[in-house]
Amino acid sequence: MIELQGLTKRYGEKPAVDGVDLTVPKGEVCVLIGPSGCGKTTTLKMINRMLEPTSGSVYVNGKDVLRVKPETLRRSMGYVIQYVGLFPHMRVAENIGVVPGLLGWEKARIAKRTDELLGLVGLDPPVYRDKFPRELSGGEAQRVGVARALAADPPLLLMDEPFGAVDPLNRMVLQNEFVRIQRDLHKTVVFVTHDLDEAIRVADSIVIMREGRIVQHDTPERVLAGPANKFVHDFVGQDRALKRLARYGVREVMTEPAVVRSGNLAADARDLKLKGGPRYAWVVDDEGRLTGWLNLGGLADGTDPRGAVTETDASRIGLGCDATLREALSRMLSEGIRAMPVVDESQKVIGEISLKEIEKITERVEPA
Amino acid sequence: MRKKRVGPVLPLSIVTAVFLVLVFYPPSLEFLLRLMFPTRKEVLYSRAGLPLLLGEHLVIVLVSSVGAAVIGTCIGIFATRPSGEPYRGLLSDLASLAQTLPPVAVLALAVPLMGFGFKPTVLALFLYSILPVLRNSIAGLEQVSPELKGAAAGMGMTGMQILMKVEIPLALRVMFGGIRTSIVINVGTATVGAVVGAGGLGAPIISGLVRENPAFVLQGALAAGFLAFLIDQYLAGAERRIMRTYGMTAE
Repeated sequence: MIELQGLTKRYGEKPAVDGVDLTVPKGEVCVLIGPSGCGKTTTLKMINRMLEPTSGSVYVNGKDVLRVKPETLRRSMGYVIQYVGLFPHMRVAENIGVVPGLLGWEKARIAKRTDELLGLVGLDPPVYRDKFPRELSGGEAQRVGVARALAADPPLLLMDEPFGAVDPLNRMVLQNEFVRIQRDLHKTVVFVTHDLDEAIRVADSIVIMREGRIVQHDTPERVLAGPANKFVHDFVGQDRALKRLARYGVREVMTEPAVVRSGNLAADARDLKLKGGPRYAWVVDDEGRLTGWLNLGGLADGTDPRGAVTETDASRIGLGCDATLREALSRMLSEGIRAMPVVDESQKVIGEISLKEIEKITERVEPA
Repeated sequence: MRKKRVGPVLPLSIVTAVFLVLVFYPPSLEFLLRLMFPTRKEVLYSRAGLPLLLGEHLVIVLVSSVGAAVIGTCIGIFATRPSGEPYRGLLSDLASLAQTLPPVAVLALAVPLMGFGFKPTVLALFLYSILPVLRNSIAGLEQVSPELKGAAAGMGMTGMQILMKVEIPLALRVMFGGIRTSIVINVGTATVGAVVGAGGLGAPIISGLVRENPAFVLQGALAAGFLAFLIDQYLAGAERRIMRTYGMTAE
């Protein structure tokens, strides 16, 4: 657990951080966000004493950090920065092993831990451990950066725009991976970003800062549903309804899909019709893999349903089960359809998302 | 990414062998010089053999270069620490000033204080060659990015650990380049030591000038030139090996 009490940092007259009080409960991800110069990075850097506060205090698990030697303190916290900061003269494994090395771990233990971490961040250890940072792509380097911060298994992680230097596509992948890793590791994380979508994706709570002060501290849902004032309102933007959708994974919202087997098309279609069923059904093969869709609504009784089947590529209309509702909506709009099947890795249909379900979510108002 | 290195015209080992034969088997050198100066009676500097002169020369270079490398590097490290930063400009200026002093002038000033021979020569060379070491140490350490040092500090390294594990390895190429330059300068400049009786490969040159015997001048100059070339090449090889262990290609 991290507690900031009246934390203030002044440069001359002007306070960069002005009396910040904040509690981050154990195992939660707290995202500090705001326009540049709002004091978010300064706040973060006072937690591991990269900067010393002018006044106020920081407690980590009840201990005043000013009473701990900076080096000792920092070795007990993972630290990820925007520029990754991998040491170019060290191989990937050596980079990851820096903090364990400083803590005096044995070589064999470091090597074992390094491989474990490479696996965790999705890099094959034999391929990557002996590479130099310059041989890595931006996304790979960032993963190594995360692995390095986790090396000594610190309960606390400080992340300063950790995915800021990665292209948008890789950024989303990294955010999803971070959410996945965090689900298993339950670290207490303070995460600085200026990207609201990123904050919404990874945060348990969001702290919006302006001119060194906290403007609003709330869950992502509540920040989006009920901005505290005009500043937050403007900051989250007009599309906050859309942004909220990014909080939901399709897995949580998907409904039972209407499915017909291509081998048994006529009978399955008839059954669905009898049930007063939907206007669409997904056509799957014997393995349950998506092959197309059937226009049930336009199908007159007794006609051969094969004429109403549209063969399609599963990758075109299938939604991956890691997608968010925001992606689902965007795909539906661009494909001009009102529902999409959710497929797993092997393209098997496991659910369905419809515009109607998405509307229900946007209408739902979180209790304040 | 690795560029294919263009091989030297002559392999280094052959050049080295030729040099050693000329130095340690005087008849070979004498034969060569007679071809070039057929009318001269005496072509081989006779007061001391080339192996001895070479030895003296190497000792002068070694002592002055090690001194310049150690002191220059230490000052460079000091000047790039937060505590030394205010002195950085002053120290660079002093080193530049030291290099503007011609070694011969230093010799002239130092002889009354230190006597003739080895000591004033080493002092002159030391002052003359400290600048490249210092300048490259500062340049090399300065180019290590603040983000990287920040990352190292953020991971819990002490100032000394950041210096030893991050800054020096990353600055090594540039720092080593300064040391290499200073050694090569010293090999050439050490010939002036003969003026104050320090011996070395300058002795035949001085003697040749005094006695108007170009054969003497040539053998001193040839040996010093050869030596400078060989040392430079071997140091370049060492540099490449060091860089490879740090995963950097040396162009």
